[in-house]
Amino acid sequence: MQVLAPVVDDLKEQASRFVRYLPRLWPLYVMVIPALIHLVLLSYYPMYGIRIAFQDYKPALGFDKSPWVGLKQFQLMLDNPSFWQIFRNTIVIATSKIVTLQFCAVILALLLNEVRKLFYKRSVQSLVYLPYFLSWIVLGGIMLEMLGSAGVVNQLLQRAGVEQPIIFLGNNRTFVPTLVASHLWQQVGWATILYLAALTSIDPQLLEAAAIDGAGRFQRVLYIILPGVLPTLLLVLCLDFGLLFNAAGFDQVLNLYNPAVYSTGDILDTWIYREGLLGARFSLATAVGLVRSVLGLILIVVSLRLISRFTDYQVY
Amino acid sequence: MNRAERRGFGSRVFDIFNHTFLLVLGLSCIIPLIHLLALSFSDRAAATGGLVTLWPVRPTPITYEKVLEAGVFLNAFWISVIRTVVGTTLQMILIILISFPLSKSKEEMPFRNIIMGSVVFAYLFNGGLIPWFLVIRKLGMLNTIWALIIPQALPLWNVILMMNFFRRVPKELEEASIIDGATYWQILLHVYLPISVPALATLTLFGAVGHWNAWFDGMILIADRDLIPLQTFLRTVVVKMDMNEFMRNPEDFDMFSDRSLRAAQTLVTVVPILVVYPFLQRYFVSGITLGALKG
Repeated sequence: MQVLAPVVDDLKEQASRFVRYLPRLWPLYVMVIPALIHLVLLSYYPMYGIRIAFQDYKPALGFDKSPWVGLKQFQLMLDNPSFWQIFRNTIVIATSKIVTLQFCAVILALLLNEVRKLFYKRSVQSLVYLPYFLSWIVLGGIMLEMLGSAGVVNQLLQRAGVEQPIIFLGNNRTFVPTLVASHLWQQVGWATILYLAALTSIDPQLLEAAAIDGAGRFQRVLYIILPGVLPTLLLVLCLDFGLLFNAAGFDQVLNLYNPAVYSTGDILDTWIYREGLLGARFSLATAVGLVRSVLGLILIVVSLRLISRFTDYQVY
Repeated sequence: MNRAERRGFGSRVFDIFNHTFLLVLGLSCIIPLIHLLALSFSDRAAATGGLVTLWPVRPTPITYEKVLEAGVFLNAFWISVIRTVVGTTLQMILIILISFPLSKSKEEMPFRNIIMGSVVFAYLFNGGLIPWFLVIRKLGMLNTIWALIIPQALPLWNVILMMNFFRRVPKELEEASIIDGATYWQILLHVYLPISVPALATLTLFGAVGHWNAWFDGMILIADRDLIPLQTFLRTVVVKMDMNEFMRNPEDFDMFSDRSLRAAQTLVTVVPILVVYPFLQRYFVSGITLGALKG
């Protein structure tokens, strides 16, 4: 209780100011109401629903009356060999995507930075940002059309002398690389924006001085420009790994995968959707979802801690 | 001397390679759409025979006629327009209303930190898909247009961005208004909103694109054919390859390939994004750095 005393005092003090200034402050509290209702109903009420991970949920009985079964769902989850497979797939896909994307984005930003004709640079940027704004339905449709066995890519490969059509999305060797590559293609332009912003803050005098001292173009990139974007790269990587479980990309996987590639392509989110909603195993899928949410929370908190320790970046 | 030499041969070779590479990369982002465009206008023999690359072969507009005749496609388009307009408006109202009070300090607004904490926690942690779905079902939103609008109405990350933007509005403006006797409603309306037009435009555009592109909610929350949004309908066509809607006159498919029909529908879905793209471009650099990078 000793520890809580300052907190209680602080709350009391806030309460007294709340009462005293309410005649002037009340609009602020009214403004908050609609969003708070939304938060309670669509964020906190679902969190209360997590209790069904410890129940055998029956739709007729609801959150409150379904029978408790303790940790049975978690036992089922751990005994299921496909759980570990899916867990591994999620981490492999997410990590490959993050690393590939940020590595290529830095390089693309450096290349764009070397273009001196502003019109040319702007035009390239306009083109490479576009795919970011297309949904994975549209992109998935395009890929299924172009990468199919009769699609234009295999037609061209055939003309180039490849005999067997490559079923990019239908076999376990090519599925994940195709996911990573198409994700890269969709996001790389967009991902350069932060690096290009970092590049503008490099002191031009530094570059001039280096040039006078005889540093060539490549040396300037290596010793001045690259170190200039490094802090941004570390920041982005840290945030991305904080959001690792989102990075696997539910939208993309769900629209591109098929049973033939479940062993490499099935991820936590697609499994939760398939087993939970389509298979109506609500409690088991909620248990898996809870594990995902808790691990995700730990990751993001660690990454935000790291970021606030080493930079002056603050999210809120 | 030295500098002149270094700007010389090697540097120029690099420039040529660099420009060429960037051009190829840029074109690779638009070529799939051009291929789809060519495919959508080509006739059956050319499309199924794999003769189409970037130019229509024996062009015919028939696929577009079929798409625009199909009631279910037009209806889905209309549902998407409604959800985008109503949904984005509601989003912006909620975002503005909560981020303005949250931009105050704990000293100005008692209990501000508790409210902020509940927003941040909900951003970092959630109940997961199944409880979320069960709650929406319990609230009676399944199979209504509201299922496409209400659950998306409070994007928490955008709340944080907007709050950070409001925080950078000079305090003096607000203090002067308070001395002049303005209420917080007036301060929000006449001081904060006019200053924040770029940020509001950014979040509105991104909200609208998000609504237009959303498909998962339409897939799990809507069963009624007349309420399916466009992206969800497109999924049944291009991902599930379900052509039933267009099979009432099977002889139509003598004239065009199902691949052309899919391409045409994909392109019609993309058109609204292409229309707002120039505006998006004007704002999205500010959007991504908005509020996120302080100091």
